[in-house]
Amino acid sequence: MKTIAVQLNRTNCSSIKNFGGLLGIKSLGILFLLAFIVVGCGEQYSDEVIGEEHAQLTDAPYVPPPITRKHATKVIVDLEVRELVKKLSDDVEYVFWTFGGSVPGKFIRVREGDLVEFHLHNNPLSKLPHNIDLHAVTGPGGGATSSFTAPGHTSVFSFTVKNPGLYVYHCATAPVGMHIANGMYGLILVEPKEGLPPVDREYYLMQSEFYTEGNYGAAGLQPFSMEKAIAEKPDYVVFNGSVGSMVGDKALIANVGERVRFFVGNGGPNLVSSFHVIGEILDVVHREGSFSSVEKDVQTTLIPAGGSSIVEFTVDVPGNYIMVDHSIFRAFNKGALGMLSVSGPDNKTIYSGKQADEIYTASSSGTEEVNSFTGELNRNNGNEQYSSKYSNGDPAIDGNLIKTAAQTGAKNSSPGNIFGLGQSVYSTSCFACHQADGNGIPNVFPPLLNSDWLKKNSKEDAIRNVVHGKTGEISVNSKKYNGIMPSQNLDDVHAAAVLTYVYKKFIGKDVNISPEEVKKIRAQKK
Amino acid sequence: MRRISILILVVVVNLPIIGHGKLSDSHEDMALIKGGKYKPLYGANNNSDEVSVSPFYIDRFPVTNKLFLQFVKENPNWRRSNVKKLFADENYLKNWKSDLELGQNVLPDAPVTNVSWFVAKAYCEYYGKRLPTVAEWELVAQASAKQADGSKDPNYIRQILEWYSKPTQKIIPAVGQNEKNIWGVYDMHGLVWEWTSDFFSAMVTGESRGDSGLERNLFCGSGSVGASDFKNYPAFMRFAFRSSLKANYTTNNLGFRCAKDFYQRSNEK
Repeated sequence: MKTIAVQLNRTNCSSIKNFGGLLGIKSLGILFLLAFIVVGCGEQYSDEVIGEEHAQLTDAPYVPPPITRKHATKVIVDLEVRELVKKLSDDVEYVFWTFGGSVPGKFIRVREGDLVEFHLHNNPLSKLPHNIDLHAVTGPGGGATSSFTAPGHTSVFSFTVKNPGLYVYHCATAPVGMHIANGMYGLILVEPKEGLPPVDREYYLMQSEFYTEGNYGAAGLQPFSMEKAIAEKPDYVVFNGSVGSMVGDKALIANVGERVRFFVGNGGPNLVSSFHVIGEILDVVHREGSFSSVEKDVQTTLIPAGGSSIVEFTVDVPGNYIMVDHSIFRAFNKGALGMLSVSGPDNKTIYSGKQADEIYTASSSGTEEVNSFTGELNRNNGNEQYSSKYSNGDPAIDGNLIKTAAQTGAKNSSPGNIFGLGQSVYSTSCFACHQADGNGIPNVFPPLLNSDWLKKNSKEDAIRNVVHGKTGEISVNSKKYNGIMPSQNLDDVHAAAVLTYVYKKFIGKDVNISPEEVKKIRAQKK
Repeated sequence: MRRISILILVVVVNLPIIGHGKLSDSHEDMALIKGGKYKPLYGANNNSDEVSVSPFYIDRFPVTNKLFLQFVKENPNWRRSNVKKLFADENYLKNWKSDLELGQNVLPDAPVTNVSWFVAKAYCEYYGKRLPTVAEWELVAQASAKQADGSKDPNYIRQILEWYSKPTQKIIPAVGQNEKNIWGVYDMHGLVWEWTSDFFSAMVTGESRGDSGLERNLFCGSGSVGASDFKNYPAFMRFAFRSSLKANYTTNNLGFRCAKDFYQRSNEK
C-alpha cells in the first residue's frame, strides 16, 4: 500500500522540476505543492526494460551520478570480493573483507524497475566463500541463496528492483556476524522512477563497528575478536571504514548556499546509530532510506543496523560541521566522527560568531544556589563554587585548599595541590578530546603526551591556546592537525592548574604556571 | 569378544594392500587416529546426532606438489592438458608452469592446490587410500597440540580464526612448519583448506523454517538455528567453505590429504 505522500512524490515530474529549477526553487515542499497543483502533468515513465548498461560503482564518500533515464533498463553490476589488509586507524591494521576493495563496499545506483544482473566475483586469493544479501531484492536470502561463491569463482543472478529506497547490502555467509564485522556491507540506491530532486552535492557515509583483540589504538595488525563481537563491545565505531576517514584533508567539502545530500548507511553489525551533524539541522530526512518518509527539521536521526537514512540540508554558514554518532562516546573515544568543511562568505545574521567575551562574576544568588547544595554559604567569590564540584573527600582537591590556591596564587601553594586541581580540571574540560591518556584522537585531536609542540613552544603559547582557543593547522609529533580548539571556560587559577598538570603529567616537566601569568595572557587580544 | 576381533583385524591391516600405485604396508607417513565421537555443527539437535568415528589412518601432511607431480607423471589422464572439464574446472593446476613443471612460486614441498575433488579422490585411490570423511577430518582437526579436543579452548579457536581471517599468501609455504597436533598430524589449520569425501553432505538442516530439507546456501536461515556450538566460528567457516564447492571446483587454497581404514575390509581388492 502506497501512502498519499508517495503518490504525491510520484507525480513529481521533470517538467515541474525544471520549472522549479528555473525559479531557483529547490525546496522539496514547494515541489510537492507544484506537483499537487499541476495534476496529471508531464511525461510518462516507462517500466519497460530497454537496453542495458554497466553500473558505475563508487567508493565512499562518493556517489555515482543521478540517473536521467526515463525508462527501466538492464543494469550489469560487477562486484569483486577481496580480502585485504588496510588501515583501521593510525598504526592499526586490520584484515578487511570487502565488496570492491574498500569499506564500505561500492555504492550501487539503479532506478526503480531496473533489471539488475549481478555478477559477484570472489577473488582467487580469498580464503573464504562469500555471498551477497541485498535488502533491495525481493526473494529468498535477498540474493544470498544465489550468490554463494567459492574463491576464484563468479556467481550471476538477476533481480528486478521493485521498491525505491536506499538499501544496505551485506555478506550472509556463515558465520554471518564475522563477515559483516570484517567490513562486508555497502549501499544500493534505488531511485524512484521520477528521480530525486537535484542537489549540489551527494555523499556516501556508512557507519560500522570493528571488534579487535587489542584495545582502541593498540598498534599493529589487529585480529577480529569474536568475544567482543558477541558481547557487542566494539573498540572502534567509525564512518567509512576507518578512524579519520573524513577529517583533515579528507573532509567532505561544500560551499555556502549549497544543498547537500548524504546517503547514510549503518552496517552494524550490532549498534544502532544516532546520526547527527553538529551545527546543522537536517532539513529533510527520508527515514530508514524510504522516500515515502519525508521528515523535516530533524536534529538526530536513528539508523538501525542494516538500515539507512537519506538526509538533506543547505549549508548557510562557513566552517566545519562534524558528523557524529550522537551516542557520543563513540564519536570522541571510538572514532565515529567525520567532517564537512564549508567555505564561503559569513552570514552574521544566521550565525554571529562570538560577539562578546566578558568577565562574569556570579551574582550572589547564583552562588548561593550552587553552594546551598553543599550546605555552605559562600558569597562574592566565584572560584569557591568549585569547592562543591571538585571536592570528593580527596584532601588534594579539597575545597579549602582550592580556596588557598585561589587566594595566594600558585607560587605559595604546594605543587601537589595544584597537580590535583589540574587533574580534576583535565578530567572535565580536556579529556574528551585529548583523551585520559593524553594520546588525543588520531587525525582529529592532537596528543599532549610527549607533544613536541608543547616542548618547542613557550608556556605563554600554551596558555594562549587554553584561554583564547586555537584554530588552523598545527603539526604535532610530525602529524598535521587542522581543527578547532575552543577557548576554555576556565578562570585563571584553574587554567594555571591544568596547564601545570599537563606539563608535569604528559611532558614530564615542572613548569610552574601562575594565575597571574594566565591573567596577563588573557588580557592580551589573541 | 571385542578384543579378539580387533586382534584379527590388526593382522589383516598388516597384510600388503593392493592398490594401483606404489604398494605400502607401512604407515610412517600416516598417523593412527583412535576414533571417537564427533558432533557435527549443523543439524545437531541432540546427542543422538553424534557420529561415531572408527579408528583410521590419516596422512601426517597434506599432499605436496612434488608427490602430485609424480602422480600425474604416472597418470597422464590427470595432466592439466588432458583432464576432462567435468572432473576439474579451468583453473586446475593453474599455478603450475606446465603439465609436468611446477614453475616459479610453487614450492615442491608446499601442498598441491587448484585440484578438484575428483582428482583428489583418484590420487588417494591410486595409492590404496581414500579421502577422509568430514567427520574424520573434523575429529583430527579438533585436536590441538595438547588435547584431543581443543574445540572448547578459546586460545586454540582464536589461533585458527586468525588464519581463516587472513587472505591467502601468494606463495604457499611448505608443509610441516606448524606445530603438530596431539596425533602427530601437521597443518590441519594454517596452511590450506582440504577436500573431504563427503564435503557436499555437510549442510543437512535439522530444523527448517522453510519447506526444504537442504538449505545449503542459506546460512542465516535454518542452518545456524540448528548449530550445536555457536561459538565455534572456525567450524562454521569450514562448513561454509565446503558447501560453496562443487566437485570439479579448484581453488588457490584448497588441497587434500588421504586417509585409510584401520580395519581393512576383507573384500577390498
